[in-house]
Parts: sequence; structure tokens; C-alpha cells
Amino acid sequence: MATSVTLTKIVKRYGEVEVIHGVDLEIVPGQFVVFVGPSGCGKSTLLRMIAGLEPISGGDMLIDGERMNQVPAARRGIAMVFQSYALYPHMSVYKNLAFGLETAGLKDAEIRPRVMRAAEILRIVPLLERKPKQLSGGQRQRVAIGRAIVREPRIFLFDEPLSNLDAELRVQMRVEIAKLHRELGNTMIYVTHDQVEAMTMADTIVVLNGGHVEQVGAPLDLYNAPRNKFVAGFIGSPKMNFLEARLEAVDGVGSALSVAGTRMILPRAVRATPGSSVQFGVRPEHISLSEADGLRLADLRVDLVEQLGGATMIYGTTADGQTLTVSLDGQQDVARGSTVTAHVDPRRVHIFLEDGAAG
Amino acid sequence: MTARADASIDIAAGRANRSVLSRFWERNGAGYMFLVPWLIGFFGLTLGPALISLYLSFTNFDLLREPVWVGTANYVRMVTADPKFAASMRVTFSFVLFSVPLKLCFALLVAVALNRGMRGLPLYRAVFYLPSLLGASVAIAVLWRQLFAADGLVNMFLANFGIVGPSWISNPNYSLWTLIVLSVWQFGSPMIIFLAGLRQIPADMYEAASLDGASRWRQFYKITLPLLTPVIFFNAVVQTIEAFKAFTPAFIISGGTGGPINSTLFYTLYLYQEAFAYFRMGYASALAWVLVVIVALFTGFAFLTSKFWVHYDD
Ligand SMILES: Nc1ncnc2c1ncn2[C@@H]1O[C@H](COP(=O)(O)OP(=O)(O)OP(=O)(O)O)[C@@H](O)[C@H]1O
Ligand SMILES: [Mg+2]
Repeated sequence: MATSVTLTKIVKRYGEVEVIHGVDLEIVPGQFVVFVGPSGCGKSTLLRMIAGLEPISGGDMLIDGERMNQVPAARRGIAMVFQSYALYPHMSVYKNLAFGLETAGLKDAEIRPRVMRAAEILRIVPLLERKPKQLSGGQRQRVAIGRAIVREPRIFLFDEPLSNLDAELRVQMRVEIAKLHRELGNTMIYVTHDQVEAMTMADTIVVLNGGHVEQVGAPLDLYNAPRNKFVAGFIGSPKMNFLEARLEAVDGVGSALSVAGTRMILPRAVRATPGSSVQFGVRPEHISLSEADGLRLADLRVDLVEQLGGATMIYGTTADGQTLTVSLDGQQDVARGSTVTAHVDPRRVHIFLEDGAAG
Repeated sequence: MTARADASIDIAAGRANRSVLSRFWERNGAGYMFLVPWLIGFFGLTLGPALISLYLSFTNFDLLREPVWVGTANYVRMVTADPKFAASMRVTFSFVLFSVPLKLCFALLVAVALNRGMRGLPLYRAVFYLPSLLGASVAIAVLWRQLFAADGLVNMFLANFGIVGPSWISNPNYSLWTLIVLSVWQFGSPMIIFLAGLRQIPADMYEAASLDGASRWRQFYKITLPLLTPVIFFNAVVQTIEAFKAFTPAFIISGGTGGPINSTLFYTLYLYQEAFAYFRMGYASALAWVLVVIVALFTGFAFLTSKFWVHYDD
């Protein structure tokens, strides 16, 4: 039976400085939860408080309903995979995996089958007699995960476990960790600053910024309905475009705005007073150059074209000097310096008010 | 015909040699010129005297007359007919055996305590290092004599508890121990090295171990100690050599006699007596070379066994 984690008004202070400002979070048993956010936003700190490596300055942390604030790390039923792997360099892979079990006082006869099972899951059986320094980065990462598995914890914590691997290995390990989650079914909390990792692995994404939770939700919910400009800009790659706009009129079913010199009608009401300035957000992949796909947004002077093979990226400037990125499917023949017309589907447009909230 | 051909080959070879030499000099000459001061020092002050003393160890030499070759007589006398040699060996070995492990343990203990990230660490570091700077000096050895004398500070302190202490220094049962304590008190330099070694151990190693449920003590002997073995090894070798060479404190405390009843007759002190009290330079040289061999054996033994217990992470 998988385990729930509940955070209520969690605060972290280092001396006078408060770095986590009252985080509330309910982690559903068995979910793969990803903490994502820019560097320094407090992802690691939050994770380390859950692990018991950092004292909690305020609020309550419950695991399966039991308050854990004062419980030492070892008794929280948690295993953690570190960014640096933190393997014991003087021990063989086998010893690294067995260390926690030996510490718990288990007999060799009980330890061996558990180590072997973890080693088989992670395909590191041939490496068991090696020392960590004789392993590649990916193999070390596997051992680190293996060390977490053998302890049969209630919850797995990962702090940027893939950031030391090359791009190809990262994709491969991403798939393996996701597979591991399906097989084990444990609650897992995973920290990353890479929103692609977050999108591909998570059941639930927690977007953190400056010690606050910005939004919690399923990957596609965050993508489709970001609650504010920060989440909109952070989730999705390439980044969402933001254009200065002015709300001209609102009625019960629609809104009219002027953006980049164009008047645009949206088929929904924007929660703002007419005349106020707003941000007009549209994802690069939701812009098209053909009239059939929506309303005309603006004429663009093409500054740069990137051919990615499967997609074509166009970086352009509107007549009033705002930059816009367009991502087109396939290989499109667009010349640098030419002028194209951007079209958008008004149902895929996001509006953000002056305080950043979605409107 | 053939003879002439051979000669011309010789000449050609000679010319080739010369040009190899001069090219070598062109390329490396400046470097060797820079080395000259060191070379003079090494050959004139280290290697030269060492070789001469090796030669003298096979002679009788009193500084006034020419050395007289006696073969291995000095070495034979040492092991067959010199009770003071045996006594000084016992003293020095006891000293090494007790002072080195005690000093290393103490240094490690203090280093671990200081490494707990306490406030004012630089101050403590300096305070604990101070004895090592002062310890080898004559002044401290003199002070030590006052401390452990019959009416010294130690006994004054013990008197508060109604204990009448002996004269630590003039009692052959305790005199060596005062020197061992003096040596342990100079734990500063191994401590600093231990501290540097402890700093090298990444914090996440301990975090992983604490998540694995390891207590502080288990973390210490399962993580800290093994990862510190290269530093422990280094300190052990250096301190052992230092201990074999110890001289000043014993000289001061016993007034150069090694007394009472030879109980502080360090090997080096005996060597000094033979050389500069009795002017038996040949015999003293032989003593010196025996010490060299003993230290070399110890160090060699340490290096040979190191692969079984020293963990190198390269
Ligand atoms: N020991 C500390 N003392 C004071 N401030 C700290 C300490 N550790 C972290 N912080 C601060 O807390 C904030 C959050 O740090 P944290 O390491 O959790 O960030 P992060 O989101 O994991 O960033 P990254 O992606 O770079 O790892 C940062 O502003 C950092 O400066
Ligand atoms: Mg971090």
C-alpha cells in the first residue's frame, strides 16, 4: 500500500532568511510527483525537509497521517537518490547496496536475496564486485537507485538524479525511472529544474518559485491552463510568447483586445476592466502562418530561422518591435528577412493580468 | 683498408656524440644551472656526509687521528657487547610504540571535534596547533621538567586531592611517560592534516549514511575512518619517523644523561653521547646507520601493508 505525504504551511528559515514560505501540498499515494522550478527556488530544500536532512522551521509534515517533523531521517521510511550519487567510494557495489540492511542488523542470508533482486531490476548484477570509481556515470546512477530500492522504503526521493548524465543517457534513465515507478508503485518525489523531465515523468507537477508553490497539477493541465504567467512561461518548450496588449471591451461571452496593432476577439470573458493593459500569451507551436488556422495576429519580419528537421523555428519581430517565436511542423521554406503573417487560434490564447494571474 | 674504415666510423661516432651532448646542453643547460644551488646542497650537505658516515661506520675514528678500518666490528659490538645499545633500543621502541598511536588518536579526536563546524574554528585551530610550534623547543622541554618535578605543578595539583605524586622525571617508572605525554601534547600538525582530510569527505556521504540508518558512531568507523586512511597512513609514517628521531626533550629532561637508570636514553641520545661525549665517531656512525635501516624497514613495511588497509580513491 503506497504512502501519502502531507505538507501544511511548511516554512524553512536559515537564521533570519526565510527560503520556503508556507508550502501546502497533498501528495496522493503512489503518485510520481515532480518538484520543478528555477535554480534557487527551494526544490532541494523542500525535498531535504521531507527526507529529514534539514530541520523543518515551521508547519507540519505528515507521512501516512503521522507527524514526522521530529522523526529522524532513518525512521521515516524514505530513500533518497542524490545528484552526486553519494556512493561510498571504499565499498564494492554489493556493499553499497547492502550497507543500509547491514546497519539495520539483517543477516547475510536475508540481505543477499534483496540485493540480488535490486541488482537484477537495475541490471547491475555483473558490476556487484566493482568499486564505484570503476563505473560509468549511468552505472553509478543505477547503483544509487539500487541502494534506494533494497531498503524497500515507503517513499523514494530523487534530487536532480540525471543532471550529471549526457543527454542520451538522461532520456534512457528517465524511461527506466518511470518504468521502475510503474513496477514498484511507491510514492516518488522527484526534483528537477528541467521542465521536459517534469512533463514526461510526472503524474503531478509542483511548480515552485521563490519558495512558493505556483501551481500543482497534471502535466497537461499545467500546459493547457497555467494559473499564472510564471507557470505559463516555465512549462512548455520552447517558451510561451508574451505580447503587450490592451483590453478594449468585455461582455458576457467575449473580449476584444488590441495586440501588436491588431484588434483580436477572444470567445471568452477576460476578468479585467476594459482599458487595462494585459499580457497576451501564445505558445510557439500554436502559431501558424496560414490563414486557415485562425485569426491574423501580426506581420512578422523574420530575424532567424532554425531548421530542426522535424520542426522549423522562426524568430521574428512585430511591427511594434515585440519578438515572437513560431514553431512550425516539418521543414518549412521561410527566408530570413522576409515578412510572414502569424495566425492564432483564439481558443489557445492565454491572457495574464498585471499581477501575473491568468485572466 | 678495413682498419681505416673502422677509424673513420669511430670519428663519426665521436662527432655524433659531441653533437648530442652539445644539443642536450643547449636544450637543458639553463635548467641545470638553476639546479646548481640545490645540487651543491644535496651532494655537499646530504649525500656526501651520508656516504662518508657510512664509510666511517666501518672504522674507529676519534676526530684527532686518521680513521682506522675495522670492518664490521662496530656492528658486531653493538649486538653482542653493548648493553646500552639494547637499553636505548628498548627506550626508543617503547616511545615510538606508545607516543605515535596516542598522538594520532588524540589528533584525530580533536580534528573530528573541530570539524563539527563550531564557531571560532580558526581560533581553536591555532590554539591547538601552538604546542606543536613550541613543543620541540628547548624552552618547553625545560618547562616540562618544572611541571613534572617532585615539587612541580602536576604534584601541586594532585596535592589538592591528597595525592602525593612521585617525582615523575626522576622516577625511572614514569620518566619515559612524561616524554610520551609531551610528544602527544604536540598533536597539532597531524591534527591539521586530519582536519584537512575530514574536510575532503563530502557531506552527502554522511547524509546517505544517515538515511541508511547509520548512527554517528557507525558513520565514523564505516565512512570517516576508511575514507581517512590515506591521511592516517601519511600521518602514521611521518610521526613514526619523527618519533624515532626524537632527541631534544630527552636531552633536556635528563640533562643529556638519558637517566634515571637509562630510562630516557633515547637511541638518538645514546648516539649523541657516543659521538660527542666519547668521540667514538665510527661507532656513532654505525649507530646512525642502524637507525636509518630500522626507519627504512618500518616505512617499507607500512607501504607494503598499505594496500590492505589504505583506500585510495583515484
Ligand atoms: N545552508 C543554507 N543557508 C542559507 N541559505 C540556504 C542554505 N541552503 C540553501 N539556501 C537558500 O535556499 C534557497 C533554496 O535553495 P535550494 O538548494 O533548495 O534551491 P534549488 O531549488 O534546489 O536550486 P537548484 O536547482 O540550484 O538546486 C536558495 O535561495 C539558497 O540560497
Ligand atoms: Mg537543488
